[in-house]
Amino acid sequence: MSPDSTGLDAWVDVLSAVFMIVGATMSLGAAIGLLRFPDLLSRMHAATKPQVLGLFLLLASIGLQMRTLWVWPVLLVAWIFQLLTVPVSAHMVGRAGYRTKHLHRELLTSDELEAVVQKAAAKAAREDGSGDG
Amino acid sequence: MMQVVLAVTAVIFSLAAVGAIIRISRGPSLLDRVLATDVLLAILGGALCVDMAVNRHLNNLMLVVAISIIGFIGSVTVARFVADRREQPNES
Repeated sequence: MSPDSTGLDAWVDVLSAVFMIVGATMSLGAAIGLLRFPDLLSRMHAATKPQVLGLFLLLASIGLQMRTLWVWPVLLVAWIFQLLTVPVSAHMVGRAGYRTKHLHRELLTSDELEAVVQKAAAKAAREDGSGDG
Repeated sequence: MMQVVLAVTAVIFSLAAVGAIIRISRGPSLLDRVLATDVLLAILGGALCVDMAVNRHLNNLMLVVAISIIGFIGSVTVARFVADRREQPNES
C-alpha cells in the first residue's frame, strides 16, 4: 500500500470513508433497535451490530488509513477478542433474562429451552422425593 | 474529505449514544440497562476508532484492544447476580 500512486491513494481514502460511515450507522441502528424493540431478546439481537460488524469496519478503516502493514495484526487481535467475548456476555444476559422471565412468550416462534428446563425440574423433584423416602 | 467524514460520524455516534442513554435511563429491567451499557461501550470504542483513522494516529489502539478483551466482564457479573437474586423468590 504505497502512497506514490495518487489514484490508488484516493480510492483507499474513499473506501475507508465508506467503512467509517457504515460502521457508525451500525451504532445508530443498534440505538434505534434498543429504543424500538419490545423485549430483551430482540434488543440483544440489535445490540450485536456495532459490537461485531461495526467494530470490524472501523478497525479496517484504521488499517486502511495508516498505510502500514504492522498495524493489521493488532487490529485482528482486537477483533478476534471481541468475537470471543461478545458471545459470553450475550449468553449470560440471555440466560438471566430467560430465568427472570424478561421476554414476551407470544413473540417466540419456538422455545427449545422450555422442555429442557421442565425435564431438569422433574428430575430434581424425583431425586428429592427418593432422597426423602 | 476526511473532515466531512469526521463530522458525519460524530453526528451519527452522538445520536446513537443518546439513544443508548435513553434506554439506560428508561429500561424496564436491569438487564436492559446492562445491554444498553454494552452498546454504549461499543459506541465509545467505535468513536475512538474513527478518531484514530481520521487523524492518523494510534494513541488509543491499546485502549480499543483492552475494551474488546475485558469489556464483557461487567455485563457477565451483573447478569450473574441478577440470576441469583431472582431465582430464590421463585423457588421458595
